[in-house]
Amino acid sequence: MTRKLTCIVCPMGCPLTVELEGKKVLSVAGNTCPRGEKYAVSEYTAPTRVLTTTVRVAGGTEPLVSVKTTAAIPKELLFEAMEVLNSLTVKAPVALGDILAENLCGTGVSVAAGKSVASQK
Amino acid sequence: MEQLDLVIIGGGPAGLAAAVSAWDNGVRSMVILDREAKLGGILEQCIHNGFGIHRFGEELTGPEYAARYIAEAEKRGIPYRLNSMVLDLKTDPATGLKQVTAVSSSDGLMEFSAKAVVLAMGCRERSRGALNIPGTRPAGIYTAGAAQKFVNIKGYMPGTRVVILGSGDIGLIMARRMTLEGAKVEAVCELMPYSGGLNRNIVQCLEDFNIPLKLSHTITAIHGRERVTGVTIAQVDDARRPIPGTEQEIACDTVLLSCGLIPENELSLSANIPLDPVTGGAVTDQYRQTAVPGVFACGNVLHVHDLVDFVSEESALAGKSAADYLQGRLPDGGTLDIKGAGGVRYVVPQKLRLPASEDLRLYFRVGAIYDKVTLTLSCGEKALAVKKRPKVVPGEMETFIVKKETLGNLSGSLTLTLSQEGGIA
Amino acid sequence: MYDVAVIGAGVVGSLIARELCRYRLRVVMLEKADDVAMGTSKANSAIVHAGFDAPVGSNKALFNVRGNQLMEETAAQLEVPFKRNGSLVLAFGPEDEAQLKELLERGIQNGVPGLKILTGGEVRELEPAVSEKVTAALLAPTGGIVCPYELTIAACGNAMDNGAALKTGFEVKKADQSGEGWQLTAASGETVAARFVVNAAGLFSDQVAALFGDDDIHVSPRQGEYMLLDKTQGKTVSRTLFQTPSAMGKGILVTPTVDGNLLLGPTSVDVDSKEDLSTTKDGLDTVAAMAAKSVPSVSLRSVITSFTGLRACSDIHDFILRPSKKSPHVLQLSGIESPGLSAAPALAKEAVRLLGEMGCPLEDNPNFDPHRAHPPKFAALNNEERAALIAKDPRYGRIVCRCETVTEGEIVQAIHRNPPARSLDAVKRRTRTGMGRCQGGFCTPVAVELLARELGIPPEEVTKAGGASRLLTGKTKSTGGKLDGTA
Repeated sequence: MTRKLTCIVCPMGCPLTVELEGKKVLSVAGNTCPRGEKYAVSEYTAPTRVLTTTVRVAGGTEPLVSVKTTAAIPKELLFEAMEVLNSLTVKAPVALGDILAENLCGTGVSVAAGKSVASQK
Repeated sequence: MEQLDLVIIGGGPAGLAAAVSAWDNGVRSMVILDREAKLGGILEQCIHNGFGIHRFGEELTGPEYAARYIAEAEKRGIPYRLNSMVLDLKTDPATGLKQVTAVSSSDGLMEFSAKAVVLAMGCRERSRGALNIPGTRPAGIYTAGAAQKFVNIKGYMPGTRVVILGSGDIGLIMARRMTLEGAKVEAVCELMPYSGGLNRNIVQCLEDFNIPLKLSHTITAIHGRERVTGVTIAQVDDARRPIPGTEQEIACDTVLLSCGLIPENELSLSANIPLDPVTGGAVTDQYRQTAVPGVFACGNVLHVHDLVDFVSEESALAGKSAADYLQGRLPDGGTLDIKGAGGVRYVVPQKLRLPASEDLRLYFRVGAIYDKVTLTLSCGEKALAVKKRPKVVPGEMETFIVKKETLGNLSGSLTLTLSQEGGIA
Repeated sequence: MYDVAVIGAGVVGSLIARELCRYRLRVVMLEKADDVAMGTSKANSAIVHAGFDAPVGSNKALFNVRGNQLMEETAAQLEVPFKRNGSLVLAFGPEDEAQLKELLERGIQNGVPGLKILTGGEVRELEPAVSEKVTAALLAPTGGIVCPYELTIAACGNAMDNGAALKTGFEVKKADQSGEGWQLTAASGETVAARFVVNAAGLFSDQVAALFGDDDIHVSPRQGEYMLLDKTQGKTVSRTLFQTPSAMGKGILVTPTVDGNLLLGPTSVDVDSKEDLSTTKDGLDTVAAMAAKSVPSVSLRSVITSFTGLRACSDIHDFILRPSKKSPHVLQLSGIESPGLSAAPALAKEAVRLLGEMGCPLEDNPNFDPHRAHPPKFAALNNEERAALIAKDPRYGRIVCRCETVTEGEIVQAIHRNPPARSLDAVKRRTRTGMGRCQGGFCTPVAVELLARELGIPPEEVTKAGGASRLLTGKTKSTGGKLDGTA
């Protein structure tokens, strides 16, 4: 099976052609650098994404803290991960980089605060 | 009236980078004025990943990227005032001093007299009115940025079923964000036959969630009396006119607009700073100095950037230039105009200040997608530099670097021309 | 039991209520929308016509000229900006010029002062932006501009400050004679009793008239589409430019507004719905093309919003102002289309005079104060005044709407002052929050927060314009939460 996709590694946006056999990538063409090939293989075998969202803060100067997964998680887990993070409330203060959740959906990936939120005076 | 060397208007990525750079080049008497309650500007609500690849070599979220610059400013002890809105900017023709009037709840009315000013006010989004979309005026029509603020900062959903007009990056990012928060994004309509957003956003914000991207489509009417109940969309022809018979109704309760950004230059206009009608920002030289000596502009108030990394880079240049200006180090040999031609819509800077002692870095945008192009910077008949590019697209700002050695003994004006074999299609 | 119930809080109803407050009368305004000025008064050309257009001897002519004279004092007392900027009717050739002569004649007979026909050259000397194709124009120095909803809000607020009541969300559905007066029942079931009733229901005045048995009053809506341009274009012209009326319609006007924008419009299309305020591509294209005929340099890149207004047209093509033919103690006003705004101050006086004739006792109210101070308008103050205001109340130091320089203090005032703002659009009409070039892109989230705080409601319940026009659909993270839970 032949699939076409646009490489997103850099702004070049190379049009890639991928030969697939089931989930196995046989070949990648159209890329101008090795990162393109790596991207295509990952997209067709185990696509992953970094998830960014917000988490509720109790007692903070702001109601929410922005968060991101410390590594990419499997794409199919995005909504499950959202549900987990939607049910989470952390107490202020929160510092940028604080780990607010670990092993998100069993991925081994943590969730870190993307900014600081001070306690309400 | 507070006397200062430098006032920086705006504490977003542009103002912060300019401030840090001005400080590092010797300026001490300065202040950053920002209208928000926090430094960082619009980055605060841009919680998605992907900032900083060029600047820091890693992918950061907006707040993380801002935090790095805020930390640099704090480390240097650069003074700033928050919740402070600048109301007026004037130049005293006798002294050349700039008068900046600002206001805040805590400090009341503030007046600064500054030797130099950096404009870093950013931009705003094109509104429904400016787009002239016919139909009713119910609740549920937002710019993508307003929706982003509601969702990411305030924690409220502006709607549940969404149609997005415009495939600019903020619109694409909001398509994903709304989807992750439980809304259904029915479609993204793009007037042009191509998207103005980054490829990666089309893949990760739309394709990942099976959100249709309807190129060459627009919203021809908005429906609903109290709240949006739907939109009519239609395909457009080459002249971007809706094609009769292609209309399609989509039920939705929300319309998000992501149809371009407009530099916020009302202050620049009040200071009689000439603007470039294409960029909507000030006309500047390579030091990012406007036509008013001592007033510099950088970031999205100058021209709309795709990546904050380039905002930081440009703003560091503007900050350094302000420092050089204060120390009388900017050259003063007159200026040459720099223009775009062929498919080049605009070039920043629009002026070259002489003598040119450094490599010249031109930023430009093209008006359409072009493959295999040749770019030529010429002065009269003489080609100063020629470069080839496999592809240029309107959604991405391009750069063109000219070695300083080629910039001696110039007269007339410079033109950056895009050409293709067999002429431009 | 009220003495007078005024149905409809548009510019006419509000000015009538205010006029009634000069006397010892208990007055109530009944308005079906969530705010005042929500019908024709909200969206029109914002022009105070000189009065040369209406047929000699018509109510329109009479009350237009009188209203124009009264507008100065009314606006001054209510601290509403009103400017006699003068108007020009442009002629594009001999046929049009013949029309100008007719208008001049009619104007003189209607009692319009100062009318004069100018040559094309004289016109362009006054207004350099006017098209080279203009051959002559009728100058009317008494023509003016006013903000129609600001006038309505101020009139209603002044009436309330003088003791009148305002009931919004009160759509009169039933009228029953009771004793010497009337019991009026709203769609919600609420009732109000009053000895006299004034029907100033605008577009719906025929339906209200019918409740009192007057089924010979008919109102048909006529749509007009407009475009509003950024303040950078506000000085394109200084006078109001009309086009000569022709078989093709009354033409499109180009006018500055009192707020400094440029307004283009309206189209003129008879429609069926009294509630359809949608704009159309054809309509906006027409406005653009016709405006360019008068002013070729008009910058359509600077459009910040477009909107549609509905005129309340009567089938007799004149203002109706008379006691009900079928019911006692009821005064009918209907068909108040253009020049209704110009005529409103005079119509209000005449309405009250007629009520007196109908037996409503008009005993002077010594406590009546015709003056309503405009709430502080930060943008219009000088720096000393601004500093003093912030020192008194720091909320005037927080700019919420950056395009129009509107402060938190002004928004809070608007929410609490008569008539109180209950929605985003109501705040916008009182303060100009969100009316600038970004059209609320930046200030909407803050304005919503302020409305929620001041009204003591959650942000999800804040509406754009009352009813079901909620701005937000809920909170994010609707899947619930637990404190300090771990993933």
